[in-house]
Amino acid sequence: MKSSVITFPGSNCDRDMDVALNKFGFKNKMIWHNDIELPKCDLVVLPGGFSYGDYLRCGSMASKSKIMHSVINFAKSGGLVLGICNGFQILVEAGLVPGVLLRNKYLEFICKNVFVKIDNKENTYFKNLDKSIFEFHIAHNEGNYFCTDDQLKEIEDNNQVAIYYCNENGQIEEKFNPNGSIKNIAGIFNKEKNVLGMMPHPERMIDTSLSGEDGSIFFKNLINNIK
Amino acid sequence: MLVNEKIAIEHGLKAEEYKKICNLLKRTPNMTELGIFSAMWNEHCSYKSSRLHLKKLPTKGKKVIQGPGENAGVIDIEDGDAIVFKIESHNHPSFIEPYQGAATGVGGIMRDVFTMGARPIANLNSIHFGSPQHKKTKNLLRGVVHGIGGYGNCMGVPTIAGQTSFDSSYNGNILVNAMTLGLVKKNKIFYSKATGLNKPVIYVGSKTGRDGIHGASMASASFDDKIEEKKPTVQVGDPFTEKLLLEACLELMAGDSIIAIQDMGAAGLTSSSIEMASKGNLGIEINLNNVPCREAKMTPYEIMLSESQERMLIVLENGKEELAKKIFDKWNLDFAIIGKTTSSKHIELFFDDKQVANIPVDTLVENSPMYDRKWKKSKLPKKNKIKKESLSNLKIKDVLKKILSNPNICNKEWIWQQYDHTVMGDTIQKPGGDSGVVRVHGTDKAIAASVDSSAVYCWAHPLTGGKQVVAESWRNLISVGATPIAITNCLNFGSPENEDNMGEFVECVQGIGEASKYLNFPVVSGNVSFYNQTKEVGIKPTPSIGGVGLLKDYKKMITMDFKEIGNLALIIGKTEGHVDQSLFARTILDEKNGPPPEVNLFNEKNNGESLLELIEKGYIKSAHDISLGGIITAISKMCIKGNKGIQLKKSKNLLNEIEYLFSEDQGRYIIEISPKNLKVVTKILDKNSVHHEELGIIIEKEVIINKKTIVTIDELKSYNTNWLNNFMSS
Repeated sequence: MKSSVITFPGSNCDRDMDVALNKFGFKNKMIWHNDIELPKCDLVVLPGGFSYGDYLRCGSMASKSKIMHSVINFAKSGGLVLGICNGFQILVEAGLVPGVLLRNKYLEFICKNVFVKIDNKENTYFKNLDKSIFEFHIAHNEGNYFCTDDQLKEIEDNNQVAIYYCNENGQIEEKFNPNGSIKNIAGIFNKEKNVLGMMPHPERMIDTSLSGEDGSIFFKNLINNIK
Repeated sequence: MLVNEKIAIEHGLKAEEYKKICNLLKRTPNMTELGIFSAMWNEHCSYKSSRLHLKKLPTKGKKVIQGPGENAGVIDIEDGDAIVFKIESHNHPSFIEPYQGAATGVGGIMRDVFTMGARPIANLNSIHFGSPQHKKTKNLLRGVVHGIGGYGNCMGVPTIAGQTSFDSSYNGNILVNAMTLGLVKKNKIFYSKATGLNKPVIYVGSKTGRDGIHGASMASASFDDKIEEKKPTVQVGDPFTEKLLLEACLELMAGDSIIAIQDMGAAGLTSSSIEMASKGNLGIEINLNNVPCREAKMTPYEIMLSESQERMLIVLENGKEELAKKIFDKWNLDFAIIGKTTSSKHIELFFDDKQVANIPVDTLVENSPMYDRKWKKSKLPKKNKIKKESLSNLKIKDVLKKILSNPNICNKEWIWQQYDHTVMGDTIQKPGGDSGVVRVHGTDKAIAASVDSSAVYCWAHPLTGGKQVVAESWRNLISVGATPIAITNCLNFGSPENEDNMGEFVECVQGIGEASKYLNFPVVSGNVSFYNQTKEVGIKPTPSIGGVGLLKDYKKMITMDFKEIGNLALIIGKTEGHVDQSLFARTILDEKNGPPPEVNLFNEKNNGESLLELIEKGYIKSAHDISLGGIITAISKMCIKGNKGIQLKKSKNLLNEIEYLFSEDQGRYIIEISPKNLKVVTKILDKNSVHHEELGIIIEKEVIINKKTIVTIDELKSYNTNWLNNFMSS
């Protein structure tokens, strides 16, 4: 299975993603933001970081970068595009998933482990996962997901919410919401569910010495589903 | 404008220093030249009050590749790998503008590290604020934490450990010390010594603006009522540009184009160009019209003194200009050939086809002033006699609650959760432990780092305090299973022109030197920050020590959380009941006098090495050093983290229970072992003549101190975690 990780000038989780993808069997290639063509691949990942400094809205400049034309075309033709953290922000700015990401409710950067619930499993990313509650790691300043009421209705009608913040028992309540996201949303699909944007960083949880191992489950499952 | 003595004094120079400049030049300097002298001769850049004493520090060792004098120190971690590290202060600017001051402090220290060819792999910081009751404290804390996070998070370098303290002596002068560690191949280390004639001098990075002019001079003076007016001397950080600069420099460094490289930190283009020329015993010629400027009509004086951030100066091999330019173009950074190396041994500046400065390099560096300031020796204070009645009225649980919720002990999660501490995917021990630990990417090795200071001990007796901080750093590394290698120090003091402050400096340095020599824990880099003083009042002497150690196998790393019910807890090191200067004495008894705990370097070394031996043999399940707050504080933290309790054994020690639990004797650790290993562990400790005693057995969720005193883990957690959150949200 082949994957491509896009490196924007201010990406800083690109290496971590490369390590994770290779560890679980992807043949990964790093793609520079100024390139025009995407190589042939089964998965495109927009990694975390500060793409162009994010002094303007996070991800907005990156969504207009050269490579994004190809990424958008790839997504529109059904290719798998995964955006993590800043990558999620870029997906939102590029219009590949609905909504926006605002500054965290308490106006502070948050770096910690959180529990998330994944029970939307009729898609390539999550099908065959044998559990629903995961411990993932977040590290962001602008992860407060927001959308209009109409958008929310559409998102829910289409079953586009991919991941919710919850507690260790899977309860989805405001007090387990780290950043103020509407409905505790931590990740969103596009309608077709080939594009996934999520704030948590599975690539930081790929061995027991790190913050946990639930990231390994995510990647192993993903590559098996693509095969 | 013609230069005279009055203008020189306005530049922070003394009358006799101005006279010396005129004598060295054999003429009156022009304004640009005066600006250059003032930048090079201020305390911050010239170390004129400290040089004499810093020379006495032990800086050599088998593992030391580069000691002080370069952008950062370098140590050998085997297999061709090396760690580059340094700590630096950004105190003055952080008080004036906390966000930018702290942010650019972090940016500056990272530049020092990647200038040497190393990719930064970990950041640490030591930050000190005034009393929580002081009106500025909360905003300063918030601003500094946001600034550190804002810069480090964007760079994608994890912030893995730190230290925060509150003391009213910092009310008018907070301290912000930032430390960075970088990883480099031993054969790819870059230095700042220029060699060869007619080599192109290249400017890369951000454009030069008018920010930070006289920043280094500002940092070389005490504060007064008008300090707010100094805001324009604070630099403004752009972490995104620094990230580009990092990647571009490392890309260029992969080849063989660079002869020398130096970042533009304090005193900007002035100090970077002069340092490169001075080290290479060369001259340098710069055409200031070629310097990329952010603002129109900048004068030579402004260009030379700007402290705009994210800039580097490089001496390239001839013919490599195109190749280098291509790399910086790729990263959208300015690239300009601004001059060349010469044989003149002068720095010669040109602007609009006119020579605007011409100064022999040695007058700026070797001939810079060096002072043997007057200093006062401090006496060891007499021990207090603590009345037994004053202890017998105290309830242990009440005291414990006060100690655990003390601002200097309480949980600092509110701070470190705002720092990305897991990016790069190698952080195996997060903030909140004895040391932060990151793996050496792709290997079995890991690097442990800790930053410590004990201002109260240093204030009570500088010589002992200086030793203690080094010993504490050593213990923090050992507690995670790392072999200590070397330290970096950031020496924060009041005015060197005051005999008491200077005495504190001299004796702290002596203490640091003695301990680092004995423990074979040399000083490889550092920085001095004097004039942490508002009007006549200086801070408590606060040397911060950043220690670095190596774990050959990261799987053998130790954490402090209690692991298993039924395991035994032991104390290594002797408890003598030293209460003076302890947190207990100061906050519960309100007793501020007396000597700090004695530091016995033989015991430190012996106890630490014995613990390492036990770790190496696989007997240790958890470990934690005993420091501020004594035995019971250390236990509480181990219980909270492990979510387990402990039943304490009745101590055979003859001390009063309170003295036993809260005293701060040095050289001690708490370890957890499996009961089946008790015999073999005590045998090893006995063989090494290490004092040890059994402390108790690990149980479920309670700390049973004696029959009457039982504290639940939930109570401990609430004592420990609430203070900072409440303070910041009130």
